[in-house]
Amino acid sequence: MFALKLIFKNAFRHKFRTLLTIGSIVIALVAFGLLRTVVSAWYAGVAASSATRLVTRNAVSLAFTLPLAYKDKIRQTDGVTDVSYGSWFGGIYINEKNFFANFAVEPGSYLRLYPEYVIAPEEKEAFLRDRHGAVAGIKLARRFGWKTGDLVTLKGTVFPVNLDFVIRAIYTGRDKNTDESQFFFHWSYLDEAVKKVAPDRAGQVGFFMEGISDPLLAPRVSANIDRMFKNSLAETITETEKSFQLSFISMTEALLDVIQIVSFVVIAIIMAVTANTMSMTVRERTGEYSILKTLGFGGWRIAGLIAGESLVIVMIGCALGIAFTYPAASVFKSQLGAYFPVFNIDRRLFILDAAASALVGLVAAVFPAWKAMKLSIAEGLRRIG
Amino acid sequence: MEPIVRIRGLGKSYWRGNQPVKVLEDITFDIAQGEFLALMGPSGSGKTTLLNLIAGIDRVDSGTVTIGGVDITALSENELTGWRAMNVGFIFQFYNLIPVLTALENVELPLLLTGLSKKERLEHARAVLKLVGLEDRMDHYPGQLSGGQQQRVAIARAVVTDPVILVADEPTGDLDRAAAEDVLTLMENLNGQLGKTIIMVTHDPRAASRAHVLRTLEKGVLT
Repeated sequence: MFALKLIFKNAFRHKFRTLLTIGSIVIALVAFGLLRTVVSAWYAGVAASSATRLVTRNAVSLAFTLPLAYKDKIRQTDGVTDVSYGSWFGGIYINEKNFFANFAVEPGSYLRLYPEYVIAPEEKEAFLRDRHGAVAGIKLARRFGWKTGDLVTLKGTVFPVNLDFVIRAIYTGRDKNTDESQFFFHWSYLDEAVKKVAPDRAGQVGFFMEGISDPLLAPRVSANIDRMFKNSLAETITETEKSFQLSFISMTEALLDVIQIVSFVVIAIIMAVTANTMSMTVRERTGEYSILKTLGFGGWRIAGLIAGESLVIVMIGCALGIAFTYPAASVFKSQLGAYFPVFNIDRRLFILDAAASALVGLVAAVFPAWKAMKLSIAEGLRRIG
Repeated sequence: MEPIVRIRGLGKSYWRGNQPVKVLEDITFDIAQGEFLALMGPSGSGKTTLLNLIAGIDRVDSGTVTIGGVDITALSENELTGWRAMNVGFIFQFYNLIPVLTALENVELPLLLTGLSKKERLEHARAVLKLVGLEDRMDHYPGQLSGGQQQRVAIARAVVTDPVILVADEPTGDLDRAAAEDVLTLMENLNGQLGKTIIMVTHDPRAASRAHVLRTLEKGVLT
């Protein structure tokens, strides 16, 4: 108890310096938390993907389409329980800053395949009935203040058409990882509009989604689907939804690696800041440590006092850092929510924060404690005198 | 009677660059139990070094230092640390109290190394602070005390473990005359009434005059 009291009193002996050190730790841990959450957010689509869904796309690239006629053949493949299809519309709402994901899908099968999009039955019914109807995620609806019945126009970028929609339903996510900022509508509405201005692009879809009865069937079903369309004009690649999502992430893998590295560099920086604080502290207290040694306190006890002080400073910074991570994440989400629709702080992050902080506290104290342990009493006393 | 401190052929050198500088040479003398000894000598004569060697906070190059029957030159660093805690009380020129601890806590500090309970530690510390006349300053921090009061707290810290010897390095060197007199009187009382063996290094002839025995060091040699 006495030692703990001494450690706390020592930690705040130079209040300004300690507060600056704690401030640095708080900023670093908030940055660490945000960077780790950005990485998690990047993988949110992967985390949300189902093991019983496959995605079929054009073997050349996603930019190329597939004939809608493939649907029936795919449906007949052993193991496939349901098939849906869709196209990335890439429409712009008012201006480009208002980016959000919007797809044209076959609504009935799509909602069957994605039960994680939770829609009130009456709204679902209204959406299925209205070919001009659209569904928006709750986050997207909140972002633009939409409610059911509102009219929304999207300017086409991939397709040479502008489409008017009526918001018929607003979905919420069943799971924490479900993206609640998507917008989808009837593929038939898009196809009908495209047929008028670019008839050669009608009857084409960007991807098929298949439901399968057993995740273990995925490799066989994928191979069977792709074999069916081998040597056709539009060969396919079928993969699990997770692999499909990962293929997007792999395009930005280097960036993610950099973010991961930077997040750990941040920890190294707070280690250096704390080590510097502790080194200054020990240098200033050389005389006091000599006195403690003179009184009979062994090197390890003194090392314990130094490590304790370092831990107190770092762990206070850690607690505040954790406390500030939530509001910081909220601000981050409000500013960049369009790019990170799922931006949830994983509670395991705080365990990582605490573990990293404890490690920083101990490592930062190693050199100063070693110096204090090795300190010759006579030399230390000479410095006082 | 067997002396409490027995020093035989003690030598000590320091290195200045590649050159050894002899600080103490073949020092041999005894200090009797209950003696109040003053060590005098000009600056650089080796007084503080000798005091440090007797107190076990520095290592001899040659010779032996036996205190209370224990040859401290043969002890390991850990053994010496433990021995110091139980056998030596230190009084420094600049008091050297821990500034973030109250007078009571500063006095309690050495008792942490004993097996005493918190209650016993506080009883001991309060009793000793009363002995040095600071019962009304127990909760004051060093910065709230005068130099003389701080030195009295330091003396209380030195005697609270009931050590075999008290070593004092210029205990009045940083005090005004009145405070110095108070401190010397207190040390005299500790020696006279409690029988504490005191070894004091000083430049001040007035302080030295309070001691029973005066030894002088000249260029590392006891005269």
